Amino acid sequence: MIDGLEEPVKLPQIWSYRTPKARFLIWLAWLALVALFVFSWQLMNTNTLWMFVWDAPTHAADIASRMFPPRWEYIHSIWLPLWDTLNIATLGTLGGIAMAVPVAFLAARNTTPSVLFVRPVALSIIVASRSINSLIWALLLVAIIGPGIFAGIIAIALRSIGFIGKLLYEAIEEIDKNQVEAVMATGASPAQVMHYGIVSQVMPAFLGISVFRWDINIRESTILGLVGAGGIGLQLDASMNVLAWPQVTLILVVILATVLVSEWVSAKVRAALI
Amino acid sequence: MSPTSQAYPSAWKRPPQIFTDPLWRRVIFSGMVLYLLLAIGSVEVNWARVWEGLERGQQFVMGFLTPDFTSRWRDISIGLVESLTMTLTATVVGIIISVPIGIGAAKNMAPTWVYLICRAIISVSRSLQEIIIAIFFVKMFGFGPFAGFLTLSFATIGFLSKLLAEDIEDIDKSQVEAIRATGASWLQILVYGVSPQVMPRLVGLSLYRLDINFRESSVIGIVGAGGIGATLNTAIDRYEYDSAGAILLIIIAIVLVVEYSSSLIRRRLQ
Repeated sequence: MIDGLEEPVKLPQIWSYRTPKARFLIWLAWLALVALFVFSWQLMNTNTLWMFVWDAPTHAADIASRMFPPRWEYIHSIWLPLWDTLNIATLGTLGGIAMAVPVAFLAARNTTPSVLFVRPVALSIIVASRSINSLIWALLLVAIIGPGIFAGIIAIALRSIGFIGKLLYEAIEEIDKNQVEAVMATGASPAQVMHYGIVSQVMPAFLGISVFRWDINIRESTILGLVGAGGIGLQLDASMNVLAWPQVTLILVVILATVLVSEWVSAKVRAALI
Repeated sequence: MSPTSQAYPSAWKRPPQIFTDPLWRRVIFSGMVLYLLLAIGSVEVNWARVWEGLERGQQFVMGFLTPDFTSRWRDISIGLVESLTMTLTATVVGIIISVPIGIGAAKNMAPTWVYLICRAIISVSRSLQEIIIAIFFVKMFGFGPFAGFLTLSFATIGFLSKLLAEDIEDIDKSQVEAIRATGASWLQILVYGVSPQVMPRLVGLSLYRLDINFRESSVIGIVGAGGIGATLNTAIDRYEYDSAGAILLIIIAIVLVVEYSSSLIRRRLQ
């Protein structure tokens, strides 16, 4: 004991935020990340033809020189595909809403008929729909029901279930219970409780989510044509296959404009709702 | 709203929550109905083809329920390795590039000309879809995961820089002020004043982007940029629905694992 008193504890001269052990662990984590990165890089590039990579700037310059100027006259043959694209997104969103709303009510803890049996099914529908991109849905549906707008609409609808369903069921779980209880206390039937107690509370969130998804769907429906599901992507694919680069430029400009307009509309509508 | 002087109504109707003006309500709803009629009228559905396809759809559902992992396992594993490596490298490179751009795109950290350049880069990266970028990168760099890696890195830059810049703009100014009062240089302000405030969120966003990149990596293979999407595309083109079902199940499982673990890490950080 006395020895301890005589020998004062050596404190570090420089203050540091973390203990040496924590620093070592963080350093180790970084090392692991770098090693993983290098390993992945090697694995990924085993089949890369570096020759193609090095002359990419030449290719890029070549494509760019072919792309300009855009062929503006071509716009007259784009109006119809653009209308189709808009329809795919809008009808797809409506279809998605129609399927997502029941799923969301079955998935929300406070409205589901059975937490043990029905809720997991509804959640797995949401997960399956969410993890598969709409382009993959379109790929499947084109193979199953044939190419065309209809496949695109269904693909967008199927992808939207997960997105709308997830956000809506979270909104339903977060509602104010007192309002529901107040409606119940008036002797309302279950349907009336749903209508006056729950629906009125989630309505603004629901509309916001739907408009947001519509905006994303416009974006996604412009490329569904690449796998044959209709819309402006079909023209893009066709133009690229015949190497009509000036047309490609025009289509890209139109897609960009459409996306910007839809984003603006959705931002305005959501701002008005909140 | 209702006049109270008259007889009290025995039934109550919930007032509309949006479009409260009755005239606008009618105009907007009839516009919607008109659009719907026009839109549905212009969709041509070949019901005979759809009817024929239902059988194939049933086969697909059966394939989904009885997935075949073994017979195409070699192709699936190659695609999977490509997707995973592509996701990781693209996320890391994307973060490394997007941090300086994110700092440059924050109004309180950069001079105006840097701010404008960085914002321009972000809006270019954000406005183009991954698939379209992938098509061009495949044309320039040849088929394979390298083009996919570039696509995902490019897309990561727009996403991460924008959110990082917004975060830096929202930080607590007094901490930066305190550091500046000690006579710190710009770099020291960045390291001691800004980075501790945005670091947890940056890590969270990076993990979230990792999740998104994996999902995207399963798609860009369709246009030739490597990854599991290419395998899936081949499987569907050859009508091998049991293999396609297996690939989709693997994608769903990995997305679930990545999403769950990233949300777990993010919750621990905050």
